[in-house]
Amino acid sequence: MTETSKPIVELTGAAKQFGAVQAVRNGELVLYPGEVHALLGENGAGKSTLVKILGGIHRPDAGVLKVAGEVVELHNPAQSQHLGIAVIHQEPTLFPDLNVAENVFMGRHPRDRFGRVDWKRMYQEVERLIARLDVPLSVYTPVQGLSVADQQMVEIANALSLNARVLVMDEPTAALSAHEVEKLFVITKQLREQGVAIVLVTHRLEEVFALADRVTIMRDGAHVITAPTSQFTSEDIIRYMVGRELTALFPKSEAEIGDVLLDVQHLTREGVFKDISFQLRRGEILGFSGLVGAGRTEVARVLFGIDRGDAGEIRINKERVHISSPKVAMRYGLAYVPEDRRQQGLVMDFSIAANMTLPIVQQLSRFGVVVDRQREREIATDYSQQLRVRSAGIDQLVKALSGGNQQKVVLAKWLITNPKILILDEPTRGVDVGAKAEVHRIVSDLAAKGLAIILISSELPEVLGMSDRVLVMHEGHLTGEFSRAEANQEKVMFAATGQVSNDKHK
Amino acid sequence: MTSTSKGLEEARTASPTSQSRLIRYVSRVRELGLLVVLLLIVVIVSVQVPSFLTVSNLEQILLAIAIIAIVAVGETLVVLTRNVDLSVGSMVGFAAFAAADLFKQQPGTNVLVAILVGCLLGLVLGAINGLIVTVGRVPAIIVTLGTLYVYRGLDFVVAGGTQVSASDVPDSYLSLATTKILGIPALLLFAAAIALIFAYLLHSTRYGRQLYAIGSNPEAARLVGIRSNVMVFSAFLLCGLLCGFAGVLWGARFATVDSTAASGLELQVIAAVVVGGVNIFGGSGTILGAVLGAIVLGTVDDALNLLKLSQFWLQAIDGMAILVAVTLDAFITHWLQRALITRRQK
Amino acid sequence: MKQLRTLLSSWDALLVVLLLLAIILGTTLSPYFLTPFNVASLTKDLMEKAIMALPMTLIIIAGEIDLSVASTLGLASVVLGVTWNAGVPLWLGMVLVLIIGVAAGALNGLLVTRLGLPSLVVTLGTLALYRGLAYVVLKDQAVSNFPAAFTNFGFGSVPGTLIPWPFVVFLILALVFLGVLQWSWLGRQIYAVGNSKEAARFAGIRVANLKLGLFMLSGLLAALAGIIFTARFSSARPDNALGFELDVITIVLLGGVNIFGGRGTLIGVILSLFVIGAVRNALGLANISGDIQNIVVGSLLIFSVLGPNVAQSIREVLTHRRLAVGGVTKKE
Repeated sequence: MTETSKPIVELTGAAKQFGAVQAVRNGELVLYPGEVHALLGENGAGKSTLVKILGGIHRPDAGVLKVAGEVVELHNPAQSQHLGIAVIHQEPTLFPDLNVAENVFMGRHPRDRFGRVDWKRMYQEVERLIARLDVPLSVYTPVQGLSVADQQMVEIANALSLNARVLVMDEPTAALSAHEVEKLFVITKQLREQGVAIVLVTHRLEEVFALADRVTIMRDGAHVITAPTSQFTSEDIIRYMVGRELTALFPKSEAEIGDVLLDVQHLTREGVFKDISFQLRRGEILGFSGLVGAGRTEVARVLFGIDRGDAGEIRINKERVHISSPKVAMRYGLAYVPEDRRQQGLVMDFSIAANMTLPIVQQLSRFGVVVDRQREREIATDYSQQLRVRSAGIDQLVKALSGGNQQKVVLAKWLITNPKILILDEPTRGVDVGAKAEVHRIVSDLAAKGLAIILISSELPEVLGMSDRVLVMHEGHLTGEFSRAEANQEKVMFAATGQVSNDKHK
Repeated sequence: MTSTSKGLEEARTASPTSQSRLIRYVSRVRELGLLVVLLLIVVIVSVQVPSFLTVSNLEQILLAIAIIAIVAVGETLVVLTRNVDLSVGSMVGFAAFAAADLFKQQPGTNVLVAILVGCLLGLVLGAINGLIVTVGRVPAIIVTLGTLYVYRGLDFVVAGGTQVSASDVPDSYLSLATTKILGIPALLLFAAAIALIFAYLLHSTRYGRQLYAIGSNPEAARLVGIRSNVMVFSAFLLCGLLCGFAGVLWGARFATVDSTAASGLELQVIAAVVVGGVNIFGGSGTILGAVLGAIVLGTVDDALNLLKLSQFWLQAIDGMAILVAVTLDAFITHWLQRALITRRQK
Repeated sequence: MKQLRTLLSSWDALLVVLLLLAIILGTTLSPYFLTPFNVASLTKDLMEKAIMALPMTLIIIAGEIDLSVASTLGLASVVLGVTWNAGVPLWLGMVLVLIIGVAAGALNGLLVTRLGLPSLVVTLGTLALYRGLAYVVLKDQAVSNFPAAFTNFGFGSVPGTLIPWPFVVFLILALVFLGVLQWSWLGRQIYAVGNSKEAARFAGIRVANLKLGLFMLSGLLAALAGIIFTARFSSARPDNALGFELDVITIVLLGGVNIFGGRGTLIGVILSLFVIGAVRNALGLANISGDIQNIVVGSLLIFSVLGPNVAQSIREVLTHRRLAVGGVTKKE
């Protein structure tokens, strides 16, 4: 980063309201050419909205945006791209049926002198861009068949083709393997050298310290601080993000670990995971660690009957079971809090009460037909209080709740089924730090009560802090098993990346 | 109604070239497969009925489906954007009557004027469809199901129960269908020209490529600045225009036109489009495929005729064709995804 | 849920207004409109559509659609005629026809649930297939020599009243459907599936089986409607009920059921049923042909979705104005 350079982007005083929600109150972001700038904040802090304002997707209610010193008013994404701002969203925004080359140049196909689309020139140019990124990608491939990492590369190629001066990446490493993350880092540094300003929106502090030159932290829609990375420690960052000191993030209460409840032997699903064997005891919290894509959620889905396993045995209480559907799984005392709470965990247009009672709505019926509304309300109110769900009442639609409270509703819903085995899949993803601690407390208490719990999480501190034992998966295989005492970050990362040689991680 | 989003598969990269070759191979298979099916039918039928494989019979087939093919071109444009137009039959019928009746009401009308009137009517009807879909944000299936009946009803009002017959129209009009240029009937030349023009449009213009983009991922299309509403509107507009023109040709070909003209055409057109490999979710498919689809179905129909099988099988066959084609597509996609996964394991 | 109720009750209010308007239209067009005889006649004409609208409501709430109902009706009618002609006892023929209806629905359901095909395309295909099969079976013939008792059921009324028998059938079915949808756990599951198929699946709901069941129910009731239709007209023809799907779908959508699934009530559908019935009857009394009546019904179909969209946009514009005035700085 050159010291005498002027900022390439200056966004000050940004504000954006959606209905009754003030997503951004006082957003500020100043970017210099040739820097990697991390944008941090809890969920709901306004990072995504700020990024979308920069990308021309949302028009701010207030605020001034200057690009290269000139005031601009963005009306749409295309305009933002014209000005050299490229945004890579969390969800790849590509055209699955079209090939890589067209995806890079959509809307700006090069034309020959007759005005026809010049396919040859397009393929050549995209090949050149791909070569710059050093990725083995064929420009003719329909994007549909590409891995997430490759799709991101296509998006980066698109940004390059726009001669972007600013590249915004929103949680780019969420779905990448360690190897792919490294490659992304290399490219990011390359781009920095070329004078591109890069905004990295992330939740992973290790990335911030590894890559970012400066950090901007937001809280509750407002800008809190911007400073060089060297001036922060992790605790500092968390403190600015949360606004309060956080002590016991992971309260783990003692639980008596009983006999084996779930016994999985050689579970296999073709092409997804192979030969998974483990045991789960009452009162135990078994952590499942690994990178995204390691196959942990896939194992959970088979355990819960959403997908079918191809080989292997599952025993519950020593009895061999065939779990052919979630309904059957529930009958065996299983419960699954899924990864995606908005699409899989909740019916967004239903009330809190309706969501909580959905799995048992048949049992909750008088004469087996009519839903017992009174009992429903009693149960919903009871659990709502137990889990401290903050809402305007059990009739409120869940889509109006915050992430943390939504997660509690999902948790309540499954606790109502009185499970013996509870599988949690990334239970605190997208949940603010305060609610996170509450969820951990609840889980801990459940184990103490004798529930057998599987905790799938990509957050190492969470897994290490909560689990009695940690299993690690890598590309569909079990690569490590550690007791609470043995487990540490290095060993787990080691096993999670499937490396054979010794490797030191921070 | 559920709208399935296109999942972008998560997987690991192995050899990119083997994957891309596989995918490209599969996308070509559709058109090749249709040709194979066509050949099979031709072989099977011509063995039983030698008169099948004559130039005159083949010409008959092409003439019979020429109008369907023209409409299928328009329908393809709409389907590519992830929409559908069920009102095409009514638009064709309405335009047919309007054009033919013009001669009856105003004898001495120039044929070109009739063509203009038909096309204009189609344009207006298509525009109404397009407006309600884009500005009104009503799903295309609902809009065009409604206009299927509204346009047919309006046609009925205009026709007032009357009929236009061959004696009411000038020979110059009828010749639109029958004249031969270089030995090929004008109707076929119109259809071929339209198919070629729009195939070019879809392949070699930004406009065409953007139509694919809209159907492939509407959100992403919006993000890159494609004006989806305008483009979807234009697709419906063009479809209406083509229906208008097809209607004029209909009147020329069949000479007797009343308010029931082209009833049920929409099913034949959609069958042709679906059989032709145009994805009902949008984003992929070609004019060539749609035309081949029309030819295959037309050949089956002709075969039925020659084999002395009941003509009443026609609608059932269109229905079965739609079901079989969509089912096959589902299997192919499924198989393809599994194949891609196993390739990645290597 | 309560918020949904308030939203819907305003739509129901609109339907009542529409019904009143239809009645006014009717009385303007003919002095006989509100006579008990005409009301009974209007109802008679409506019952096949009404019966098919019941499962259609559930199917659309569950997020699918069934375009093939009228074709199934036609096929059922034709099979009934053919079996009757062949000497098969009528009751047996009816049972056979109901089984065919279930099978027809099952084909739809299996293609949608097991193969994951979109119900729009599948039922468009079966719309053609089933109607086509009806033509194959009966060609352009008709069977009309049905016994008097049978015809009386379709055309006649409960003795001593003007209440048509088919209305009694419909009433019973309507009450059952109402109970199931609004009060039972099955209804709750249907709404869940329509709102979020994934979440419903994760909650233990057997989504595929549910949808398959709904399609089979739709086929069954379409076949039942076919029996009633045949009895009423004492005629089995392949083109029976041609185009009825327009009315059935219009009735359901006009009744406030959201085309994207997850919303809607049977009360609204029943109200809209009579709106459509009244409109068609009124126009019929004024000697306006079916084709022209279709213009009105087709427009109502479009309006049923367009109307709420326009209302929504107006509401948004008004809120925007209020916000802008409210002091949030707007750039000049």
